[in-house]
Amino acid sequence: MTTLTDTASGYHPPRDHPPYRSSRLRHPKQPLIPVRDPEAVELSGPAFGVTDVAALDHDLTRQHPGEPLGERITVSGRVLDRRGRPVRGQLVEVWQANASGRYAHQLDRHPAPLDPNFTGFGRCLTDDDGAYSFTTIKPGAYPWRNHTNAWRPAHIHFSLFGTAFAQRLVTQMYFPGDPLFPYDPILRSVSDESARQRLVCAYDHDLSVPEWSLGHRWDIVLDGPSATLFEEGGDH
Amino acid sequence: MSPPEPSYAPTPSQTVGPFYGYALPFPRGGDVAPDGDPETITLHGYVLDGEGRPVPDALIETWQPGPDGSRVGVPGSLRHDPVTGRSFGRDGVAFTGFGRVPTDADGHWAVRTLPPGGVSYISLAVFARGLLHHLYTRAYVVDEPGDALLGSLDAERRATLVARSEAPRTYRFDIRLQGDGETVFLEFPSGPGPGSA
Repeated sequence: MTTLTDTASGYHPPRDHPPYRSSRLRHPKQPLIPVRDPEAVELSGPAFGVTDVAALDHDLTRQHPGEPLGERITVSGRVLDRRGRPVRGQLVEVWQANASGRYAHQLDRHPAPLDPNFTGFGRCLTDDDGAYSFTTIKPGAYPWRNHTNAWRPAHIHFSLFGTAFAQRLVTQMYFPGDPLFPYDPILRSVSDESARQRLVCAYDHDLSVPEWSLGHRWDIVLDGPSATLFEEGGDH
Repeated sequence: MSPPEPSYAPTPSQTVGPFYGYALPFPRGGDVAPDGDPETITLHGYVLDGEGRPVPDALIETWQPGPDGSRVGVPGSLRHDPVTGRSFGRDGVAFTGFGRVPTDADGHWAVRTLPPGGVSYISLAVFARGLLHHLYTRAYVVDEPGDALLGSLDAERRATLVARSEAPRTYRFDIRLQGDGETVFLEFPSGPGPGSA
């Protein structure tokens, strides 16, 4: 069985990416060790259910008494595996800065205002089509100290589970046409242009809600094996 | 023969960044074992960078079978109050198999769990600021002579995967991201594979 490893496939950024300064001492220098054991525990996964998510977790604009400041958006899409099959009933978590580019995190010292009506964290479970949806506020860009005049493009962090622990993904969604794209070493750590484009959502007018929010569509494809793929891969 | 081009190209990974702390960790995220279970073991350690300095903004997730070998996973790790939406974490009864803990200011993390059934390891995923794609490793709580993975490694590298028994039911497992004693990190076959539709 031929194996596409994450280092060979080039879909993911190299962990050694000097322009992102924090990566310097935090990437292994030894090659990763491939695991080809069909009994590996990592081919199964944690499960999440309705008790793990509250009714309003998917609406980041309704977690406080007042309306948050900023441009209200809906972000929807599907979570799929490498064969395009929906990933059902799995947890999707998002977190982000507020409209001014400030996180509700004590160590974020960017002198932009905190919004008392916006925390910037949400959760939902994918439905039978693998679909997820969040209502939130478009996050602002913010400076960071990676290099002189470093600014992060607006982005929403996403955390995803598949049916296998080895399908786990943490990534970031960006907004189309952001002028900061050429200057951001985190986005540009993905060297392949088409792969980088897969991190950018699309404005979708059909998802926009009249008098309420602007719609953005972003589909996510999880890498890595599912137990089923692993077994079938050996059969053919 | 090269594998066929997959129909669906994966979404690239990005770093978890430094500011996940108000979002991803949840109450009792490291209390995988049911409350008061006498079989409870503690697995803990430090995450260290290439200069041996602690990594205070790393996140560790653990996944393992139950003591009976069950790998189905039970929902209920991050339970919410349906009325207030407030997160109150586990119910103290169900064994979900899943743990999530941030490192503290010293780069230290700990989970209290049950011994895995049928295998001698607990699987870990490591996320951190500066890490563009998370890493997988395993903490072996038993140094299994016949284990294929351990057997494929030389003694020095093998030692990085074996948790050190510190005290009764307490295991130390440090994660060195780079440099001397660098932890063995793992990768798994990826993609639809040959012969898939």
